[in-house]
Amino acid sequence: MTDHGTGLDTRQGPPPGDADAGQVGAKERSASLWADAWRELYRNPVFIISSVMVLAVLSMAAFPSLWTDTDPERCLLAQGFEGPSAAHVFGTTVQGCDMYSHVIYGARPSIIIAVFVTAAVTLIGCVTGILAGFYGGWTDTIVSRVTDIFLGLPLIVGALVFLALLADRNIWSVSLVLIVLSWPTITRIMRGSVISVKAQDFVEAARALGASNPSIIVRHILPNSIAPVIVLATLYLGVFVSAEATLTFLGVGLEVPEISWGITISEGQLIAVNQSVPHLLVFPCAALILTVLSFILMGDAMRDALDPRGR
Amino acid sequence: MGRYTARRLLQFIPVLLGTMFLLHYLQTISIQLNGNPVRALFGDREPPPETLAAITRSFGLDDPCLSQTGNPCLGMFADRLVGYAQGDFGIDFTEQPITDLVAQTFPITLRLTLIAVAFEAVVGIVAGVLAAIRKDKIIDNAVRISTVLVISVPVFVLGVLLQIASGLYIGVWLTDAGAPEWLSAAFSISYQSEHPWASLFVPGVVLGAFSLGFIARLTRTSLIETLRADYVRTARAKGLRPTRVVGVHALRNSLIPVVTYIGIDLGALMGGAIVTEGIFNIPGVGGLVFLSARTNETPVIIAVATLLTLVFLLASLLVDLLYAVLDPRIRYD
Repeated sequence: MTDHGTGLDTRQGPPPGDADAGQVGAKERSASLWADAWRELYRNPVFIISSVMVLAVLSMAAFPSLWTDTDPERCLLAQGFEGPSAAHVFGTTVQGCDMYSHVIYGARPSIIIAVFVTAAVTLIGCVTGILAGFYGGWTDTIVSRVTDIFLGLPLIVGALVFLALLADRNIWSVSLVLIVLSWPTITRIMRGSVISVKAQDFVEAARALGASNPSIIVRHILPNSIAPVIVLATLYLGVFVSAEATLTFLGVGLEVPEISWGITISEGQLIAVNQSVPHLLVFPCAALILTVLSFILMGDAMRDALDPRGR
Repeated sequence: MGRYTARRLLQFIPVLLGTMFLLHYLQTISIQLNGNPVRALFGDREPPPETLAAITRSFGLDDPCLSQTGNPCLGMFADRLVGYAQGDFGIDFTEQPITDLVAQTFPITLRLTLIAVAFEAVVGIVAGVLAAIRKDKIIDNAVRISTVLVISVPVFVLGVLLQIASGLYIGVWLTDAGAPEWLSAAFSISYQSEHPWASLFVPGVVLGAFSLGFIARLTRTSLIETLRADYVRTARAKGLRPTRVVGVHALRNSLIPVVTYIGIDLGALMGGAIVTEGIFNIPGVGGLVFLSARTNETPVIIAVATLLTLVFLLASLLVDLLYAVLDPRIRYD
């Protein structure tokens, strides 16, 4: 995404100001990978803008009252789907609630699900990926075949089957099914990354010095193989925000007393077209798109910074 | 080649069984946590116990293991597999065989998928090639920005937004301007059986949009990589025209991952069709699942999900086999 400006740093080694980094050996260079990446990131306008938007959405999820004084649950059916006005900047929802406060409060469930699911799949994926990649042999065969099985089930189809049969769905049941169906991708990426790091000389050197397997994993393998997983996890935050909204829209995700972008869009869908009131869809859709977009741009910028060959 | 095919086919069997079991276990746990899904048929009314038991039995949901949370219900799984192998996918709540329902709805979904694939492949590859041969120029940046945008918009959001755009504005404008009927049908808000292809145009675009972004990026990266290869330099040095170098020498080799992706995507689009067909009211396989999810028609959801998963798995298998034909190096691994 982001070639402009500072693209040269990582390829040409550290700039003159940074005298310590990159002087000797592979160990030094790999330590400065993070420093280089960070230097490139904070000069990258796309990364700055997307992080500001991500912070904004996170603060909406954590402290919605910072953004609005209006109670999203105070609704008057008589005032349903009115267009934007001074009292209601974004107009009102189908149920006659304030659309702006719904957009703000709707961030919370999506963000909780995205953060929780991403944390869980990253943890599971890293552990299984390291086991498979580092130990190889039988462990690898079992882990790889199990990931094949899980990847054979399309996310939406699997989630739909589990959630459709469940009577009361909430944030945790949606999170659970997303975790169960999405960890294998992280495992695959981590496994590949661990295998390539494991073959490098500094691992051999650590082993020759008498380091035990757990200490090699924690001190050498993990820090050198986690970069692609961090990139993928950032992209996944966006993917899960979108998956939650999609499942909710299909009617198998969150349900009405909850306030969520998926619910607002799904309620507005038919009325928006039949009564020609596009604002019912425009505002919640914009919030959802901007959130997903910020996570994806952030992930893309990090990929460019951490893996200069990928351009 | 023969050994690769044989190995890939052998690997397919445990994956197929495993995925089917995973799908089965997801439903089983859900039913165990939730109680008999047949109750949902009666809403708030309390059905006579005999009626409930009889209906439950006719849907094959009367196994006692369904009341023991965590029990994988292996016996039930085996029965189901035998049924699937004989082409028996059960009946819906109006006692129609589900295979009949799918047979009626499948042609529509197939048309929708074909439109989506044609759209994503043509537009995606053209955009990717333009971006690659004009790397870092305006067109490249435009392609990269628009692909990120397209990838970030969830399918259902694109669907509802395009639906208001075409329903409220474009469709009305076309009708006012006296456009031919098929053209207004292409921008109508729902499926019209008189225009089986035209009225699937906008839904097809929505369905293919996500993969379009992906294909454009994949083509761009892959072609940029290939254009650096020695044989491309040789072709240029021989004085071949640039169109021939890109079109014949480079593009053919860099399209292999793209073809693979499109093949796998055929299966994935079937899942995406649930959302698109739901929004645009299309009576296809996806629309069937969408309605069943809203009315709690458990047997339909289970059977169609199984069929969609089978299509997805078979598509990935075919792609893997095709891959060996396209790229000879893969045979010697």
